[in-house]
Order: sequence, then C-alpha cells, then structure tokens
Amino acid sequence: MRDLRLAIRAGGGFGLGLAFFLIVVVLVPFGVGPEREVLARIAPGILWVAALLAALLSLDRLFALDWEDGSLPLLATAPLPLEGVALAKAGAHWVTTGLPLTLAAPALGVLLNLPGPAFGPLTLSLALGTPALSAIGAFGAALTVGLRRGGLLLSLLVLPLYVPVLIFGAEAARRAAEGLPYATPVLMLAGLALGSLALMPFAAAVALRVNLR
Amino acid sequence: MSIWEYANPKKFNETTAPLVPWLFGAACLCLVVGLVWGFFGTPDAERFESTVKIIYLHVPSAMMAINAWAMMLVASLIWLIRRHHVSALAARAAAPVGLTMTLIALLTGAIWGQPMWGTWWAWDPRLTSFLILFLFYLGYMALWEAIDDPDTAADLTSVLCMVGSVFAILSRYAVNFWNQGLHQGASLSLDAEENVADVFWVPLLVCIAGFVLLFLALVLMRTRTEIAARRIRALEARARAVEARA
Amino acid sequence: MMPDLGRYAAEVLWSYAGGLGLLAVLVGLSVRRARKVAARLAEAERRHAR
Repeated sequence: MRDLRLAIRAGGGFGLGLAFFLIVVVLVPFGVGPEREVLARIAPGILWVAALLAALLSLDRLFALDWEDGSLPLLATAPLPLEGVALAKAGAHWVTTGLPLTLAAPALGVLLNLPGPAFGPLTLSLALGTPALSAIGAFGAALTVGLRRGGLLLSLLVLPLYVPVLIFGAEAARRAAEGLPYATPVLMLAGLALGSLALMPFAAAVALRVNLR
Repeated sequence: MSIWEYANPKKFNETTAPLVPWLFGAACLCLVVGLVWGFFGTPDAERFESTVKIIYLHVPSAMMAINAWAMMLVASLIWLIRRHHVSALAARAAAPVGLTMTLIALLTGAIWGQPMWGTWWAWDPRLTSFLILFLFYLGYMALWEAIDDPDTAADLTSVLCMVGSVFAILSRYAVNFWNQGLHQGASLSLDAEENVADVFWVPLLVCIAGFVLLFLALVLMRTRTEIAARRIRALEARARAVEARA
Repeated sequence: MMPDLGRYAAEVLWSYAGGLGLLAVLVGLSVRRARKVAARLAEAERRHAR
C-alpha cells in the first residue's frame, strides 16, 4: 500500500493524461466539422479512443522510475510478491489516469454533443474498462522496462491488446446513445476487466522477473 | 531416442540440412501444380466468374497465417517449459513467414472484395481480425528486435505470444459481436452443405499442401539461420573474453 | 492457352501477381539472409578456430 501511495506521488501523470484527453477531444471537431449530428454519432467512440490513448501516454513511466533508481530489485525481494507489486502499480496507474478520465468524460461528452441517455453508460463503461487498460498496460510496461526507447514499442505491443476492451466499451456507450439495450457489452466488458485484473499481474510479474535476471 | 533429441542445435542442423531442399522442391511442385491447375484448369464459378481463382492463394495463406501463430505459441510454450533454444528460435523464424501470409491473405482478399463486395475494405469481422493478427505479428517481431540479450528476448516474446494468443481469440469474438460481416461462411468445413464444388476443391487442397510445405521449408531454413547467427555471437563473445584475458 | 478471365481479368491477375510476389520476396529475403549468415559463420569459425 505504501508502494501505491509512493507511485501516485511519483507518477505525476494526473494533469498530463487529462490534458491530453481534453486536447484530443477538442481537436476532433476541427477535424470532422462542427455539425452536431455528426459529433453526436461519433462521440462515444472518440471519447473511448481518446481515453485509451491518454491511458497509454503514462504507461512507460509505470516501472521506469523504479527501474532507473534501482528500487525494482528491492521490490522484487520485498515480502509482497511481484504479482502484488504489478497489481499495485496497475492500481496506481488507474487512480492517476483511469479514474480522472472516467470523471472527466461526461464533461467532455457535453462538448461533443453526446446524446443524453449515453452519459451514464459511457461513464460506467469507462469505469469498468479503464482498470483493464491499466492491467494490460502494466504487462506491456513490464515487457519493455529494460529498453532504452521502449515507449514506441510499448504502444505497438499494447494497442492490439486493447482492441477487445475498446470494442465492448465503445459499443456499450454507442448502443446507449442510440437508445438500444446495452447490458450485454457492459457485462462482457466487466468480464474482460475482471479477467485482465486477475491474470495480467501474473504475466507482468513473469516479464519483470525475466527483466531483472 | 526421443523427440527432444532434435532440440540439440547440432542434431537439429544435421537432420534438417538434407530436408530443406526436399521440402522446398515439394512445396514448389505442389504450388506449381495447384496454382496452374487452379488457374488454367478450373471453370469459372457461377456467381464469382473468374475471381474464384483467387481462392487458391487466399484460403491457403489465410490458413497458414493462423497456423503460424499457433506454431509460434507451441514453440514458445516448449521454450518456457523445457528451455530448448531451438524452439525459441523456431518461433522467431516463423513470425516473418506468418506476417507475409497474413499480408497475402489481406491483399488477395482486398482485390477480390473490390468487384464482389464493391469495396476494397470492409470492417468485416474476419478482415478486421486479420488486421489485428497482422499487428500482433508486428509487435512480436519488434520485441524480438528490440532486446539484445537472446534469452531475455526469447522469454519476453514467449510471454507476449501467450498473452497475445488469448487476446487474439478475444478480439476475434469481440469483433464478431461488433459487426456481422459480409464474409463467406466456412468453405472447407467437412459437414457444410455450402462446401465448394469438387472441381475447385482438389486443386485447392494441393495449394494448401504447397503452402504448408513452403511454410515448413522456410521455417526450418530460417531457424538454421538463427542458430548460425547465435553461434557467431557465441564465437565472438568467446574471442572477446580470450582477448580480455590476454 | 490463356484462359478467358472475363471482366475480372485484372483482379485475378493482380492478386496472383501480388500474392506470388510477396511469397517471392519472403523466400528471397530468407535465402539471402541464410547465405549471408552462413558465410559469416564460416568466416567466424575460421578466425576463431584454434
């Protein structure tokens, strides 16, 4: 838990990820034009893709700071198993990026003329999906932690893994926006999130152990 | 005598050295026979007219694109469990072959889709899954390239391959959920009524055999290359160590 | 004895050219790299053989 607090303090990704999210959302109308109907149609997808990219942005610092100052080997020998460390790191990443993104999304939804009934489901799907993004991202960060220029490679590795989360998350918001029932994608998303949270820390810990060897 | 003897690089090299030219020869034979037969010897299909000839490239390459990943998964598991270097190198060797197969499947599919569906590209589940598979291959190969230490690279790519397999399957079903597609149903499943007619089937089987043989030949050859590259590394490292001592 | 490909001749020919071309590139690159590495290995073994 101390590790989690430290990670939050050292992360500093709070403002950066949010600002990035805001900028992407503001840029979209410049790209596609200001028609309200068009924006309303693409709003759920844009918000999801922007949130995903914002979450990606701070991933490469997840383990990098501990790697550079040499505290990662210490963490590895700590009583807390490495799987727990990976989970805590993912949790810290979620608190610093996923949570603020989820909270900011409805406000940005107004900017994009998101249809009224979609606000709740969008927030719900982001709340369910961003933990999965953090858990998967922790695995990607663990794979690339030892590399000098890991950032670009990290996005190449992690983005394809984000596809299912993105599909179900955006689908839930889109269906709600069109007034359709959205329970199925939300349940699938919840399943994905739980599965990722349960399994990805193990994969991340394996990757960390290999990198620490 | 067990299969694990072939995990010894020396034994592997000795066994596969005479095999590679034969495999290449057989692959060429099958491909030439199958493709020439398919191209010149089969009638046009009713609805598709002459574009039906594209399946002789499209279906086998699509099959090999998936099978190559499955082979990499098995090789990665063998490496993680039994730590045979040849296995890890075989997985590395298969990735570019799988990547090319995916590309061929996408390309021929796009060219076929243009007249048939009226578009080069549709966000159809199968097309989309293949695009995602393509990205997985790219990421996997990039990770191999990025890491210097060979054992670390083998470990990390193996883990990535396993996690990637899970997510590839998830994506496949997620994409299905996301958009019902235009794609033809299974054309080779044995129980289907909609099976392709025999005239097309036999040359298609020959082509599939050709692609499988070509895949084997390429993977064996590339694995041998990786073993040789690893040996060069070892020799140079030893030479450096000797110099440092002198 | 070119078969009549009808109005889709261009598509069929392009996909054969593209598909076989990609295969040829793959085989070519693999063979070239195999030759190069084999030559380098022979060189290295000669140099370091003692």
